Amino acid sequence: MLTKRIVPCLDIKNGRTVKGVNFVDLRDAGDPVVLAKQYADLGADELVFLDIAATLENRKTMHDMVLKVAEQVNIPFTVGGGISSVEDVDDLLHCGADKVSINSSAVKRPDLISELSDKFGSQCVVVAIDAKEVEGEWLVHLAGGTIPTDLNLFEWAKEVEQRGAGEILFTSMNHDGTKAGFANKALAKLSSLVNIPIIASGGAGSIEHFVAVFKEGKADAALAASVFHFGEIPIAELKEALRTENIEVRL
Amino acid sequence: MKLSIVNYGAGNIKSIQFAFQRLGYNAVLTECPEEIIASDKVIFPGVGEASSAMEKLKQSGLDRLIPTLKQPVLGICLGMQLMCQHSEEGDTKGLGIFDVSVKRFSNKVKVPQMGWNIISNLKSGLFKDIKEKEYMYLVHSYYAEPCAEAIATSDYELEYASALENDNFYGVQFHPEKSSKAGAQLLKNFIEL
Repeated sequence: MLTKRIVPCLDIKNGRTVKGVNFVDLRDAGDPVVLAKQYADLGADELVFLDIAATLENRKTMHDMVLKVAEQVNIPFTVGGGISSVEDVDDLLHCGADKVSINSSAVKRPDLISELSDKFGSQCVVVAIDAKEVEGEWLVHLAGGTIPTDLNLFEWAKEVEQRGAGEILFTSMNHDGTKAGFANKALAKLSSLVNIPIIASGGAGSIEHFVAVFKEGKADAALAASVFHFGEIPIAELKEALRTENIEVRL
Repeated sequence: MKLSIVNYGAGNIKSIQFAFQRLGYNAVLTECPEEIIASDKVIFPGVGEASSAMEKLKQSGLDRLIPTLKQPVLGICLGMQLMCQHSEEGDTKGLGIFDVSVKRFSNKVKVPQMGWNIISNLKSGLFKDIKEKEYMYLVHSYYAEPCAEAIATSDYELEYASALENDNFYGVQFHPEKSSKAGAQLLKNFIEL
């Protein structure tokens, strides 16, 4: 059986790990390479690095970090933030990233998804979608959730699948930073609409939330940051609990 | 120990080089036939689409070289699939090293299969000190059918061959370079074959 994945997310700014609550108030949680290696040893299934201050000057710092992570870490990892061209992706994959995640750039130019999946294969193309439920409708937001669009989450998800995305990373803006649980209803609907894996993000606060995101939200993977970075939920303990609930995990 | 990685522009080679580096070995990326022939061990990687990958192999004549190699050769992911008879992906004729066809998962399951799955029915020196039902990391939409040359099987929609062996040729559908300690053990076993 394919197992459900536990994915710590490391927000990166100037080569350091940070984690925002509702995307603001950044706190420093250490050296990304050290953290990544520690997570691999603790049983994380995969890692995501999000360059939240993706600027041209910053790009080389990010490449150096990706190279160091690839050198030292023996589990797969995804890199996202500020990726807008085939060349950007080529550079990151050459530094050793397994997958890249694109977000605003895919909304602005959906052809980018097809270009990437044609050139590198859909297995390395993750489309990240930040969405917020506004008056009963899930709307896609851009630029770290700050700019609303009139794009419907579910329609956009179907389009990115059809364009060759290999995976969807869905963050609910309503849940992110609340530690009150994942957007399970929207996640379950997403999972029934598309046939590619869904990574759930936003709202992790307790072990029960992870149980629910897999059972009710039908997610293939669950992503979280602060609950892992600050040791609130130890990964081994989380996985033991999931197994007790008959959820397949790698132990 | 001279380790070569066959270079034909196939995906994430850095991860494989780093995985060997962590074991204390330097793996050289090369497309030079003499250098490949002179290696003790050969890694045949692969990520991407089968027919275009096969096209690249043909352009460099590596499609004729690889089946004639005498030292242990390890195909990884698409590399393994290209060593089979045929792949449904792009209706591609393979190198014919493994007597098995490669088919696509149906839409009853999410495709690609992405993540950690169990490997069972292990039977090869390649799996020395690796336990039955160990977890390995996989990302793939196509699979090799169960066959006589299977040295490991996995389940996703159906049982399929997740590793193959024929004489000096080995193939693994999973990514040992990304499969934590068990993956590192497999690469170590391959070096020590």
